[in-house]
Amino acid sequence: MSEKQKKATAYWKENVRYLFILLAIWFAVSFGAGILFKDALNTIKIGGFKLGFWFAQQGSIYVFVILIFVYVRLMNKLDKKYGYNE
Amino acid sequence: MSVQVWTYLLVGITFTLYIGIAIWSRAGSTKEFYVAGGGVSPLANGMATAADWMSAASFISMAGIIAFAGYDGSVYLMGWTGGYVLLALLLAPYLRKFGKFTVPDFIGDRYYSNTARMVAVFCALIVSFTYVAGQMRGVGVVFSRFLQVDINTGVIIGMVIVLFYAVLGGMKGITYTQVAQYCVLIFAFMVPAIFISFQMTGNPVPQLGMGSTLNDGSGTFLMDRLNGLSTELGFAEYTDGTKSVIDVFAITLALMVGTAGLPHVIVRFFTVKRVKDARKSAGLALLLIAILYTTAPAVSVFAKINLIDTVSNKEYSLMPVWFKNWEETGLLSFDDKNKDGIIQYVADKDKNELTVDNDIMVLANPEIANLPAWVIALVAAGGLAAALSTAAGLLLVISASVSHDLIKKVFKPNISEKGELWAARGAATVAVVIAGYFGINPPGFVAAVVALAFGLAAASFFPAIVLGIFYKKMNKEGAIGGMVVGISLMLFYMAKFKLGWLGEIPDKSEWWFGISPEGFGTVAMIVNFIVALVINRFTPEPPENVQEIVENIRIPSGAGEAVDH
Repeated sequence: MSEKQKKATAYWKENVRYLFILLAIWFAVSFGAGILFKDALNTIKIGGFKLGFWFAQQGSIYVFVILIFVYVRLMNKLDKKYGYNE
Repeated sequence: MSVQVWTYLLVGITFTLYIGIAIWSRAGSTKEFYVAGGGVSPLANGMATAADWMSAASFISMAGIIAFAGYDGSVYLMGWTGGYVLLALLLAPYLRKFGKFTVPDFIGDRYYSNTARMVAVFCALIVSFTYVAGQMRGVGVVFSRFLQVDINTGVIIGMVIVLFYAVLGGMKGITYTQVAQYCVLIFAFMVPAIFISFQMTGNPVPQLGMGSTLNDGSGTFLMDRLNGLSTELGFAEYTDGTKSVIDVFAITLALMVGTAGLPHVIVRFFTVKRVKDARKSAGLALLLIAILYTTAPAVSVFAKINLIDTVSNKEYSLMPVWFKNWEETGLLSFDDKNKDGIIQYVADKDKNELTVDNDIMVLANPEIANLPAWVIALVAAGGLAAALSTAAGLLLVISASVSHDLIKKVFKPNISEKGELWAARGAATVAVVIAGYFGINPPGFVAAVVALAFGLAAASFFPAIVLGIFYKKMNKEGAIGGMVVGISLMLFYMAKFKLGWLGEIPDKSEWWFGISPEGFGTVAMIVNFIVALVINRFTPEPPENVQEIVENIRIPSGAGEAVDH
């Protein structure tokens, strides 16, 4: 494998690792907190919100937005590390 | 000034603005027509994507649907936002690096086959047409209520406007029009929401107002009050819903994956300069969408409480003017079953006397809350902005599918640039006329099918694109097999359980795995993945140069501009 290919493979591996972590959070807040564990979380109340319901109609969306911006930051750093930034 | 005058004024100003922008930014080349020249800034693209994405359904119908479905409505909130995470992480950067004009372009080149391209064109056309018919209808509804013309005239006015700027401006024209439309629609959605939130809870931020206490001195939380009212009238608790967990799970996933697979959304990420712009732009788009999507459930709660308080157990003769206005449109009806002159709004179908269409909740909300006339007119302008921007985005996908993917790539490869541009304009014109026809004469199944467009996109495109990027050895036999089986299975399930084309629609108890047609895209997508991977194992690897393309799109640098070939 050439030096260039090695670099590309290492970059891709790190990228995929980020994706697994971020998508795990994506799954946890929506399908986890908002759907599968909604009833358990609904026993907790914050202000007027039952927590499971809040995740399903509010919280998950906030987390989605944050996730994409975290991804943008991580990838910009990664691009720089491997010299792929332009 | 009256609501009527305000409406004419605001709608007139916004329409003039859209047309002005279209003339200023008209397309001169196919590259400008398909991808706005590839030089749109991430923020402008984010706004355009948000307007493109938020359709008449998001603006007009969603809050109403949630108001009546309670927790079950969460599937739309999570489904139509969570898809952007998938889009940003799994698709947008790589497709931008790939740098072509359309989704079938990617499928055709990545799977080195015109058959794959044709299957993708076919899927794109089905998805886009079902979706666009719903938009034209939305335009018609807004026109008929607020400008007092009949629905068909409304549809025709909408057609002419869209035709004008989509055909003239192409992607470049619609991108900058959509930036303006985003501003109009978000302003129109937020103003009444802030007013009402402040009125009911004293907190001007609707997202917080939703979780606050009522302003009437009772100290009761809004949500508790709504749960109380719902059970009192015999409905399920607002925060609980009635759908099964597996169905909520499946519908949410189908909507998310479908969102990420919709061609008119994906194509937007071809218009920015660099790969890093595509990522950033997806984040901005979701942020701008989230403003509306986190406000909508608050509007649902406010509107539902207001509605119940205004009508439940009140005398019909004392109803406010808006009640009569909406009765005339047929979207609200009262049937005094026990002849006591009092409105009974209850869960029991035999005793319930009030039928409320979902769409009213947003459109009538400012009237129900007694807001000033200009706010009511603003909502009309916002609804039109939402419907027109989405319709234009879809028409562009349809015209590009025909002029670029079919004519240029398959039937007449030596067509000149100018010829292709004219073909694109011609295709857009034909598409507007067909969409308008369906808007005026909606076949009974259009409304039912719009929600299923997501299932179709999930079942067809998403697996083929993801495998094409993340699995270098994926070959054409597998991808084509997966798409064909996936979309056929979805169409079959729709025909059987939703449209009743295969005999009587079976009872819910016969749904496969207890999953509704809306959620079945999840199953069809999984089947697509499995079929694709199994066929892939028994058929030859893709050629060396295709594997190189895949390695190349994984690296962000050197994206260059979107190129023709």
